[in-house]
Amino acid sequence: MDTNTLIFLALLLPVLAMFGNMAFAKQDNLRDGFTFVCAILTFGAVLGVLGNLGNSTSEEIVLVEMLPGLQIALQVEPLGLMFALVASGLWIVTHIYGLGYMRGNKEKHHARFFACFSAAISAAIGIAFSANLLTLFLFYEVLTVSTYPLVAHKGTPEAIRGARTYLGVLIGTSIALFLTAIIWTYTLAGTLDFVPGGILQGKVEGLLVPILLGLFAFGIGKAALMPFHRWLPAAMVAPTPVSALLHAVAVVKAGVFTMLKVGVYTFGIDFLADTGASDWLMWIAAYTILASSIVAYQQDNLKRRLAYSTVSQLSYVTLGLALATQMGVMGGALQIAMHAMGKITLFMCAGAIYVATHKSNISQMKGLGRSMPFTYFAFLIGALSIIGLPPLGGSWSKWLLMVGAADADHKIMIGVLMASSLLSLSYLLPVVAQGFFSTSPDNPYNGVKEAPAFCYIPPVFTAIGCVILFLYAGTLVEFLTPMLGVPQ
Amino acid sequence: MATASETPHIALTLRDHLPILQVLIPLCTAPLIVLLGDRRVAWGLAFLAAMLSLVVSFLLMMQVMDGSFISYHLGGWAPPIGIEYRIDAANAFVLLLISLTATLVLPFALRSVADEIPARSHTLFYACFTLVLTGLLGVVATGDAFNVFVFLEISSLATYVLVSQGLYRDKRALSAAYDYLIMGTIGATFFVIGIGFLYMTTGTLNMADMAERLVGQGDNRTVQAAFAFIVVGMGLKVAIYPLHLWLPAAYNYAPSAVTVFLAATSTKAAVYVLLRFMFSVFQPEFVFDTNLLLWILAPFALLAMFAASLIAVFQTNFKRMLAYSSIAQIGYMLLGISLFSVTGLSATMVHLFNHGITKAALFMAVGALVLRSGNTFYDRIEGMGRVMPLTGAAVVLGGLSLIGVPGTAGFISKWVLVQAAFEAGLWWIALLIVASSLLAVIYMWRVVEILYLHTPHPEAIHKEAPLSMVIPMWIAAGACVWFGIDTSLTMGAANTAAIGLMGGTDGMALTPTVGGLLGNGH
Repeated sequence: MDTNTLIFLALLLPVLAMFGNMAFAKQDNLRDGFTFVCAILTFGAVLGVLGNLGNSTSEEIVLVEMLPGLQIALQVEPLGLMFALVASGLWIVTHIYGLGYMRGNKEKHHARFFACFSAAISAAIGIAFSANLLTLFLFYEVLTVSTYPLVAHKGTPEAIRGARTYLGVLIGTSIALFLTAIIWTYTLAGTLDFVPGGILQGKVEGLLVPILLGLFAFGIGKAALMPFHRWLPAAMVAPTPVSALLHAVAVVKAGVFTMLKVGVYTFGIDFLADTGASDWLMWIAAYTILASSIVAYQQDNLKRRLAYSTVSQLSYVTLGLALATQMGVMGGALQIAMHAMGKITLFMCAGAIYVATHKSNISQMKGLGRSMPFTYFAFLIGALSIIGLPPLGGSWSKWLLMVGAADADHKIMIGVLMASSLLSLSYLLPVVAQGFFSTSPDNPYNGVKEAPAFCYIPPVFTAIGCVILFLYAGTLVEFLTPMLGVPQ
Repeated sequence: MATASETPHIALTLRDHLPILQVLIPLCTAPLIVLLGDRRVAWGLAFLAAMLSLVVSFLLMMQVMDGSFISYHLGGWAPPIGIEYRIDAANAFVLLLISLTATLVLPFALRSVADEIPARSHTLFYACFTLVLTGLLGVVATGDAFNVFVFLEISSLATYVLVSQGLYRDKRALSAAYDYLIMGTIGATFFVIGIGFLYMTTGTLNMADMAERLVGQGDNRTVQAAFAFIVVGMGLKVAIYPLHLWLPAAYNYAPSAVTVFLAATSTKAAVYVLLRFMFSVFQPEFVFDTNLLLWILAPFALLAMFAASLIAVFQTNFKRMLAYSSIAQIGYMLLGISLFSVTGLSATMVHLFNHGITKAALFMAVGALVLRSGNTFYDRIEGMGRVMPLTGAAVVLGGLSLIGVPGTAGFISKWVLVQAAFEAGLWWIALLIVASSLLAVIYMWRVVEILYLHTPHPEAIHKEAPLSMVIPMWIAAGACVWFGIDTSLTMGAANTAAIGLMGGTDGMALTPTVGGLLGNGH
C-alpha cells in the first residue's frame, strides 16, 4: 500500500476502534477483541509507513484548507514516525495490560474507557504526522479533550478535582499561550509548515525571539515545564493504564515532541544557537529536572512519585532543545523513545501491584518483591533505564545530552544531568530494595500472588524492550538524522 | 451580477425579484397565519416561509459571493426617489444566517412551544415569529435608511410579544419583555433621530446616496450628532456592554425556541446595521479620522469580554449563563470592528455567523433540558448528560466552539481576530482575547461537569429529548464542526464582505476591489 493510505489507516483505525467500543458496549469480549485487532493493524500501518520510507519521497497530504493558505495537512518525517511507532506499538501492550487491569480491578464503564483511549491514540498519531503547526494544534487539543473523561473516570470528588486541574492547565496554556504563539508566528512568517532549518530566520529579532520561544515553551503545557506541570500529578487519579500509556507516553511525549518540532522546524537549531534565545529555557529546564526529582523523592504514593519523575525526565527533552546543538536535539529525540519504554514499564508495574494488593503507597510495599518477582524485576529494569545505566536504552539519551551540553559549552548542564541521575537512583531503587530485602515482622503479603498474567506480562515485555533499544540506538540515531537537516 | 445602471427596472424573471421576495414571503405569511387561525397550519406555513426564505437567501448568496452586488428597485422607482434593496456579500451572509436559523428553530419549536405555551396562543405565536423573521430580513436587505427603522420596529414589537410568552413558565417574562420594550424603544428612537439628522443634512434616505453626499461633511456638527445617535441607538439593540441590561432577562425568560432564534439572529442583525452605517454610510475616513473607534469601541468590547464572562462564571442557571456569554461574545465582534482593518472586519463577520450557529446549538440544548428537567438551574440539570447523551454531547460541542478549540467554528473566529490584532501591532489585545477565552473554559466546563459527573435529579424525566429537537440541535452542532474545518463559505463571504465594507462609499457604489484576505502578501 502507498504511504498515504497507510497514514489514513493509522489515523482512522483507532477511530474505528472507538466506534466499535460504542457499538459493542455490552459485549465485553467482542469489544475488547475488536480494539485489539485495530491496535495491531494500526501498528502495522505505521510500520508500513516506515517500510515505504526508503522507496518513496514523502509528500504532503492536504486534507482540507481550513483558512486560505492554512491547511490541515499530514506528512511523514523521521521524528514524527518514531513518535507514531512508539505510541501505536505501546498501545498494543497497554491494551492487553488494560484488559487485565480493568477486569482484575473491577473498574466500571469499560466501553467509555476504551473508546476514549482509542480516540486519544488517533490524536497522538495525528500529532505525529502533522505537516504544520495548525494541524498539530488541532490534534493536540483533540488529545486533551479525549483524555479528560479518562482522568475523570472514577467520578469521585478527587477524580473530578484532578480532571479539572488537568483540563484547566492544558487547555489554559494551549489557548492562552500556544495559540497566541502560533498566530504570531503565522503573522511573522506567513506560513506554519514544518521546514528543516526553521521558518523564522530573519523574520523576528532581538528580545522578541526569546519571548516567542517562551510562549511556545510554556504554551505546550503537555511538556510539563515548571510551573505548568501540576496537571501531570493531578492526572494520576486516572486508572493506571491511562497513566502508563497516556501520561508516560502519548500525552507527555506529544508535548515534548511538539517542543522539538517547534525548535527544529519552526525556529531552527542554528537560529536558536545564533540568537541565544533558548539560553533561559535551558535554566528553566534544568530547574524543572532537579526540582521535580526532589519532589519525587518526597512522594510516598508510587504513582505520584513516578509522575514527578516524568516531569523531570520530560525536561531532558526540553533541555536538549534549549542547548541548541545537534547532539542535544538528538539526545532529546532519543529520550522520547527511551523514556517511553522505561516509564511505561514502571507504571504498569505500579498498576500490577495495585491490582494484586490494592496498595498505592510505597511504605506499604515492604517485602512485596518476593511475592511478585516478575513485576519487581521488570520494575528494576525500567528504573535502571530511567536512571540511565547501560545496557539499557536510557543511557544513550543521557549520553548524547551530555555531549550536546559539552558542545554548547554549558558544562554545568552535565552536572545537572549527573545530579538528576543520582536523584532518580535515590527515589526509584528504594522501591525495589524495599520489595526484596526489607521484611516487617507482621508481613501481610504472605498470601499475595502476582497480578493476573495480563497485568505482569506486558511490563516484562517492555522491560525487554529497554534492553533492545540499547542495542539498536545507533539505528535509531541514523534514522533520525535527516531531521537535523544535515547531509548524512 | 449586473448593476442597476445596466439593467432597467423591468425585472423579467423570478430570480430578479429575489431581494424583495426575501422579505415579502414571510411578510405575507404572517397575516395569512392569523386569518387561517389553525395552529397546525400556522406552524406549517411558518416553516414553509422560513424554508423559502432560506432558499432565497442561498440563491442571493451565490450571486454576490464574487464581490458584486444586486440593486433592486421597489416598484420600479429608481433610487434615490424609490426604495432600493441592495444585496452584497455582507448582508447576504447575514440573511443566510437569519433564514437558516429560522428554518432550524421551527422544527425544534414544534415540541418546545407545545410544552411551554398553551395551545390557544400557538397561532399568534407563529404569526409573531414570522413577523420577527420579516423584520430581521428586512433590516438587513434594505438599502434605505428609513426602511431599516420600519423593519427594526416590526421585528422588535413582535419580539416583545414573543418574549412575554415565557410568562406561562415564569411570570417574570412579563417584566423582562417590558424592560426590553423600554430599552428597545429608546434605542429605536435614538436611531430614528440619527436618521432624521442625516436627512436634514443630505436630503435623502437612500443609504448609497446618503454616503455620497456625506463626503467632506465630517466637520458638520449635525452629521456628528447623527453618528452618535445611530451608534448609541444601535448599540442598545446590539447589547454593547454596558447597554446590555435588557438582554439577560429577555433571553432567560423567553420561551426556549424564542431564545434560540433571538440569540442567533437579532443582535447579529443589529451588528450588521451598525457596520453598514459606520462603514458604508459614514465613510471610514470620517469615522476613523484619528482611529477614534479603537479608543472608544475597544474598551467597551474588552469590558464586555471580561466583565460579562466573569458574570457568566458565577451564574447558577445554564440559560442565564449563556445569555451573559452572548454579551461577552458581542465584545469580540465589536473588537473586530474597532481594529479597523479588512482582517478585523472579517473576524467580526465570521464571528457573527459562527457565534450564531454555536449559540443556536447551545440554546436548543437548553430547550431540550427544559423539556426534560423543567428548568436549567445547575442543581436541576445535574447528570442529565448521562440520560440525554445526544443533548449532552451537543452541549460539549457547542461549548468547545464557544471556547474556540480548534476544529470548531469558534476557533476560526478567534484565529482571525487574534491575527487582526497582531497585524495592527496590538499584541496586548491579542493576549487579552485569548485570556478572555479562558473564562469561557471555566463557565462552560462547569456545565459539562454538572451534566456528566453527577447523578441525575430524581424529579427530572430521564429520557432523551424527542428527535424533532435533537435533529435541529445536531444540525447546528454539526455546523459548528463543519464550519470549523471547511471555511470556504464562511471565510469567503466574510472576507468579501469585509473588503466591501472597508471600501466605504466605493464599496456601495462601484465595483468592489478584489483581493484575498489571508493569502495576501504571503
